[in-house]
Amino acid sequence: MSKILININGKDYSAEPGKMVLDIAKEVGIYIPTLCHYEGIKPQGSCRICTCKIDGRNMTVCTTPATHRMVIETNTEELEKIRATIVELLFAEGNHFCPACERSGNCELQALAYRYKMMVPQFPYIFPAKDIDAKNPKIMIDHNRCILCKRCIRRKQEPENPSWFVFKDRGNKVQINLDHELTADFDDELAQKAMDTCPVGAIIRKEKGFDVPIGSRKYDKNPIGSDIENQGVTL
Amino acid sequence: MGDTQTRKSEFSNHEKCSCNCNDLSAILARYDNDPTRLMDILIEVQTQCGCVSDEAVKVIAKAINYSSVDVEQTLSFYHFLSQTPTGKYAVYLNDSAVAEMMGREEIAKTFEKEVGCKFGTVSEDGKIGLFNTSCIGMNDQEPSAIINQRVFTKLTKAKVAKIVNGMKNNLDIEDLIGTEVQSNILKQGPILTKDTEIGEAIKKAISMRPEDVIEEIRQSNLRGRGGAGFPTAMKWRFCREAVGEKHYVFCNADEGEPGTFKDRVILTERPQLLFAGMTIAGYAIGSDEGILYLRYEYKYMEEYLEEILSNMRKEGLLGNDVVGEKGFNFDIRIQFGGGAYICGEESALLESAEGKRGEPRDRPPFPVVKGYLQQPTAVNNVETLCSVAKIMHKGAKWYRSLGTFDSTGSKLISVSGDCEKPGVYEIEWGFSVNDVLKMVGAKDVQAVQVGGPSGNCVAPNEFERKLAYEDLSTGGSLIVIGKKRDLLKDIVLNFTEFFIEESCGSCVPCRAMTSQYKNKLEKIIRGNGVAEDIDQMLAWENVMISNRCGLGQTAANPILSTIKNFRELYEKKINKDTNFVSEFNLDAAVQESCKTANRIPNLGGAHE
Ligand SMILES: Cc1cc2nc3c(=O)[nH]c(=O)nc-3n(C[C@H](O)[C@H](O)[C@H](O)COP(=O)(O)O)c2cc1C
Ligand code: SF4
Ligand code: SF4
Ligand code: FES
Ligand code: FES
Repeated sequence: MSKILININGKDYSAEPGKMVLDIAKEVGIYIPTLCHYEGIKPQGSCRICTCKIDGRNMTVCTTPATHRMVIETNTEELEKIRATIVELLFAEGNHFCPACERSGNCELQALAYRYKMMVPQFPYIFPAKDIDAKNPKIMIDHNRCILCKRCIRRKQEPENPSWFVFKDRGNKVQINLDHELTADFDDELAQKAMDTCPVGAIIRKEKGFDVPIGSRKYDKNPIGSDIENQGVTL
Repeated sequence: MGDTQTRKSEFSNHEKCSCNCNDLSAILARYDNDPTRLMDILIEVQTQCGCVSDEAVKVIAKAINYSSVDVEQTLSFYHFLSQTPTGKYAVYLNDSAVAEMMGREEIAKTFEKEVGCKFGTVSEDGKIGLFNTSCIGMNDQEPSAIINQRVFTKLTKAKVAKIVNGMKNNLDIEDLIGTEVQSNILKQGPILTKDTEIGEAIKKAISMRPEDVIEEIRQSNLRGRGGAGFPTAMKWRFCREAVGEKHYVFCNADEGEPGTFKDRVILTERPQLLFAGMTIAGYAIGSDEGILYLRYEYKYMEEYLEEILSNMRKEGLLGNDVVGEKGFNFDIRIQFGGGAYICGEESALLESAEGKRGEPRDRPPFPVVKGYLQQPTAVNNVETLCSVAKIMHKGAKWYRSLGTFDSTGSKLISVSGDCEKPGVYEIEWGFSVNDVLKMVGAKDVQAVQVGGPSGNCVAPNEFERKLAYEDLSTGGSLIVIGKKRDLLKDIVLNFTEFFIEESCGSCVPCRAMTSQYKNKLEKIIRGNGVAEDIDQMLAWENVMISNRCGLGQTAANPILSTIKNFRELYEKKINKDTNFVSEFNLDAAVQESCKTANRIPNLGGAHE
């Protein structure tokens, strides 16, 4: 297929048509924060944190395929403000006590809060009363930490298979709902996969934890996005 | 507006559920165990059993090869579907701003007193359930309620007592009091005038090539009446050109924007015109199937509309070889929603019609390319499709002679609130707000909400502005707000709560920020706000416009447009000489724990 031309932050790049803007940016060393996106599963723009200006409009780059002569801004002050606010909103709407969380240091939300130098959210905490669902023999779902990114929902092997994870309710009452019958015989591998899919500490394996000590975890030394930003690739 | 807890039954599962939930075979067979018809299945079970119990969920899930939680996912999304019993009679009382203006509170109290239970619960004997619900499209005859799919309007204390008495005596819903929805057409224009023989309009279209039908619509400059104002011809051309196994025509009759009720009146008074418009759309885009997505609140129209469709089939206006044209087949079915404002957003509407939770899709791809069941689909508003039939009959030139240069034709507006003559008025585009106010007999007007909560709250100094796409655009809702109202509390807060209630919950800013807006607004109303609160609310707008769909993008409009147009109302309530007001009251905070511990608070004057 013939290549197209797109402009990111003032520089022209040639790209494959139809490829998501997020992936193109990544290839050329531009990091755009994501939360609901997970490589290899169908994107669905729900966290809105990857919002960029595309031809003057706010659009999520994880769901927008590149087209010829698209003009994209990824890191204006306004966009960074939106992203920081989204992180703050998530902290205020859930109950995130990072020091007591198995995911601390491996958590994408926490890592983004560091990136945006958040001390406390500008919003009052809501402190919602939320449950922990520990009925499954292999995993627990801690609704306090769930950011409702739907990654667990979308990571379904075959579209025609019945869903294990779904949403329930709507508005600010939405929550993740696990089918206990279908997941009763979860094995360790599936449990690990489910946990890895989750960006935060909302899906946690039972009887296993703190394999990697705090301090040596993914984002402890390398801030989120640094792997992409340090590629130094120019195409 | 009632808090969210009062909208759904709070019974634990199965209490008082005495129906035979297990035997759903007839319902499931009717829909061929088709998961894309899950909405229909759930609505029928709800109607039969008064709820969709855990047992029923299991049976349905098995039949359609879904997991139980997946069935629950759809079920828990919609207002009128319930996992717990809602009573033999389920009363849904509208709690929109206009209902409140018209005295809803007293009616609610009367219901609670007569029935003997609170809103959000079912009476002890399981007979009567009381629930709140968002605008039911009856703003011109509030307070009103839906009971077992029938609408009861202009409620008074005496009427409520009678209704409750009837329910207690197990009267048939039809015998409670006659259904009394009125159309209240107070000004007729070209759409509402009965001068179109619909067979002729369809014939005229079919005598042309489909491309020429689209060209005629383009010439008329018709733009969508659902709110966004997208050129209809362009939508149809994209849809026609899109490749798919099958094309679909959808009519959006979700009409959920509070204060809008003109589609209800069209559906009641001119349904044939609408169905003709859908048929013409089908011919133009190359589709043989039309689906009318009708909001659950209008379920009372079902039999009436089915009869009209069946008569049209008999007359050869629908079905095979429409109007005798060999090879042109087109038929229409009705798809009900389950009570969710967001399902008016076209991609959420399609999700819902496919049996799923009504969550808007990412765009691109647009519905014209990948719509219903991933096939090319044209979604149009009721009024748009009626205009199409009129244009076919009388020509683009005639149509262009009405309205303004950029906004051609006529517009049905639904007027409600503080005025003498609430109802439906068909005006030409270009009328000013003042023209409308004169027409409806409105005096002492503080503000006019144009386009519903997602629209604009207009102040008197702008009443000369024109209703037109190029000026004040509206899907049809005009709410007159008199001087006696507390704008922030009675209107803005109610609207903000509406959006919190109706968000699909997917986008972070829509789900989480709207509540933060509400908290701030309440703080200001309580008299504890400071100047920075106003600035913050303005600054958050950028985050809101990053939401996926129009709901989240406009959810802060009630606040933002009143800060812009009525800033003095906010300024009056805030504390000017400080930048912080402590809302914390130590006395109150320790009350409960002291009571539990049986201690007398010793605050040592620290809280002075
Ligand atoms: C939250 C939301 C609610 C909507 N509700 C309706 C509605 O009730 N009726 C309607 O026709 N359009 C509604 N729309 C607009 C539709 O998405 C769509 O633009 C319209 O149906 C297209 O038809 P038209 O081009 O004929 O206007 C809504 C949009 C949003 C964002
Ligand atoms: S459980 Fe984890 S993956 Fe699933 S929605 Fe919540 S945060 Fe996302
Ligand atoms: S903006 Fe709100 S209603 Fe629209 S898709 Fe996002 S969460 Fe759902
Ligand atoms: S990462 Fe793109 S919207 Fe969440
Ligand atoms: S560290 Fe982020 S949720 Fe636990």
